Amino acid sequence: MENASKKFKKDIIISGVGGQGIVSIASVIGFATLEAKLFFKQSEVHGMSQRGGDVQSHFRISNKPIYSDLIPMGAADIIISVEPLEALRYVNYLQKDGWVIANKNPFNNISNYPDLEKVWNAIEELPNSLIIDADEEARKLGSSKSANMILLGVASHLLGIEYQMLENAIRTLFGRKGEKIVDINIQCLNRGKELFVK
Amino acid sequence: MRKLPLMGDEAIAQAAIDAGISAIYAYPGTPSTEITEYVQKSKQAKEQKIVAHWSANEKTAVETAIGVSYAGKRTMACMKHVGLNVAADPFMNSAITGANGGMIIVSADDPSMHSSQNEQDSRFYGKFAMIPVLEPHDQQEAYDMVHYGFDISEKYGTPVLMRITTRLAHSRAGVTLQEPKQPNELKMPGDLRQFVLLPALARNRYSLLLGKQEYFKKESAESGFNKLIDAHDKSLGVIVSGIAYNYLMENFQDKNFPHPILRITQYPISEKMIQDFVNSVDEVMVIEEGSPIIEEQLRGFMGFGKNVKGRLDGTLPRQGELNPNILAEAFGFDYEHTNKTYDFLATRPPQLCPGCPHIDSYTALNEAMQEYSKGRVMSDIGCYTLGALPPFNSINSCVDMGASITMAKGAADAGLVPAVSVIGDSTFIHSGITGLIDCIAHNSPVTILIVDNEVVAMTGGQKSLSMGRLESIILGCGLNPLHLQIIDPRKKYHKENVEIFKKELAYMGTSVIIARRECIVALDAIKKYKTENEIIEETK
Repeated sequence: MENASKKFKKDIIISGVGGQGIVSIASVIGFATLEAKLFFKQSEVHGMSQRGGDVQSHFRISNKPIYSDLIPMGAADIIISVEPLEALRYVNYLQKDGWVIANKNPFNNISNYPDLEKVWNAIEELPNSLIIDADEEARKLGSSKSANMILLGVASHLLGIEYQMLENAIRTLFGRKGEKIVDINIQCLNRGKELFVK
Repeated sequence: MRKLPLMGDEAIAQAAIDAGISAIYAYPGTPSTEITEYVQKSKQAKEQKIVAHWSANEKTAVETAIGVSYAGKRTMACMKHVGLNVAADPFMNSAITGANGGMIIVSADDPSMHSSQNEQDSRFYGKFAMIPVLEPHDQQEAYDMVHYGFDISEKYGTPVLMRITTRLAHSRAGVTLQEPKQPNELKMPGDLRQFVLLPALARNRYSLLLGKQEYFKKESAESGFNKLIDAHDKSLGVIVSGIAYNYLMENFQDKNFPHPILRITQYPISEKMIQDFVNSVDEVMVIEEGSPIIEEQLRGFMGFGKNVKGRLDGTLPRQGELNPNILAEAFGFDYEHTNKTYDFLATRPPQLCPGCPHIDSYTALNEAMQEYSKGRVMSDIGCYTLGALPPFNSINSCVDMGASITMAKGAADAGLVPAVSVIGDSTFIHSGITGLIDCIAHNSPVTILIVDNEVVAMTGGQKSLSMGRLESIILGCGLNPLHLQIIDPRKKYHKENVEIFKKELAYMGTSVIIARRECIVALDAIKKYKTENEIIEETK
């Protein structure tokens, strides 16, 4: 991590559809941020958006106090999207060199879901983006539910937080659910880490 | 000292626990629900034997809290902004009775209406009732202000209103906790007629309240929450309230803000504080999340000779939630961002979950209603409000909690027969029962469909107080038992269900159809609540 006197910040948008594990991604980053003794603000969207609607979480990390709970337009460093179409909804929040890490698999609960090729192409045309078949990668490791951790693993290269702290955070968050769940999530995080290519 | 990652709602809950409350009451409502949920789940709250109940509605929640305060203990009542309308009667009168044990009412506003019917600003209620209002700008201040709020509540014998907004309620940050305090002992009010608002007594209490106003203003001037942050460029001064401060400062992280700022998070504001500030600058900008309350007071009818910028002159938008970019624009800053649009970017509106019982209820109702002209179905607030959207297009109203039954009665009285009401089990308990009594008293030709999923689903699966009692409550209101029907909303019973609807729609009096099937995403919670209920039943 950068020198403490220098400003360090990461603004992360986590997006997807209600029930896709967006809150879990945010919680893992949250525990890791606490261990790293950094300031953070994380804002969630609740309410009607839980019912199959789009969901986003703004996660802000800095070594200086953070004012706004919301990330300003043009300031986000990373979009982690568990769903490809949802990644595109927030691209104007990205800064010039910002990254998009998106799941390849659509959550198709609307009748006018666009042509997938168009969605993938639009993501690929962004300056820094990766489309990952996170569902398949997670399935290979034994739990398709953990696609979110694959994506977090990919993004781990960009967070400015030590990788080990993310693993620790998974232990803290999923510890209550047993060793097996912890292991699968850590394996997924590991696998995601390998999938990052600049 | 302990530091925890807490949402604004959770910070308020943890502070209430640490400040030694004895009881908290609420009706679930986004974005306030997590306050009470946090206390219900807290081990520390269990050890301190704190009562944390869902109430039938916000009115009963505030009234129960007044009872706790009467008995000398600290208490909190929580609701969303529109819930404060429901609780307005006890809320307004609690200002007159005053408090004995410390009492804070938390109202969570929802500017931009993320999950609400309006974006009313609860600070109006504080001014209306003439009690102190606290409007924290971040999670730590929310935590600290609960402690302070209980202290001034007891110091001045007044209820205190805390106003937060969605963004603070649902955003998490590190919060440093204080040492927990012991709860108060049971202690009667010094005057046992303090809470008796007979006119002669109420007049005295009211005059006491008026007399407290100067103290409230002195408090807000001296507590340190409202503060002047001075700067050299006096061509403009900025008055900024609550969370709006964060959006302003976001734009000045790497540079000093050149103008003086008066930061407001506590009301009533001291006039002197405002006057001194305004006199020191050439022009004023007022930035408020919500309604332009301070701004309107500054402008008045006559103005005061200085230009005031804000939501009323178009410097800021008149409606909706603020954000850092809106503030950047107000100061004429450029911020770099792309303006990509994708014509194929379909919206993803919320919808009923796959397997939701409401789907089958609406499918059956739609078929039964085919015999009649369109526009006869009044509905209410809950997941089933999504029945207004395609593919159902089943309902024609959603106004406030309980209004489906009374609006259907009104429509029927006006000649729209049959008129139908669709209401959830918890909304029925909240404010539907009284409307049902109205219908029964006149045998109005209204068919009421209670979609009973045995839980408060919309807000995340809280306990519905109707569980196991709905039929007896309805019959207790006096409904003719021949016109109380219970159906199982499933595809396989579709035909029978349509017939039951048709029969009751044809009946020229009040009928109730309960469509009962558990919420598909809250099965575990419902099981737990049923077990709880069995334990309560055994104590009867």
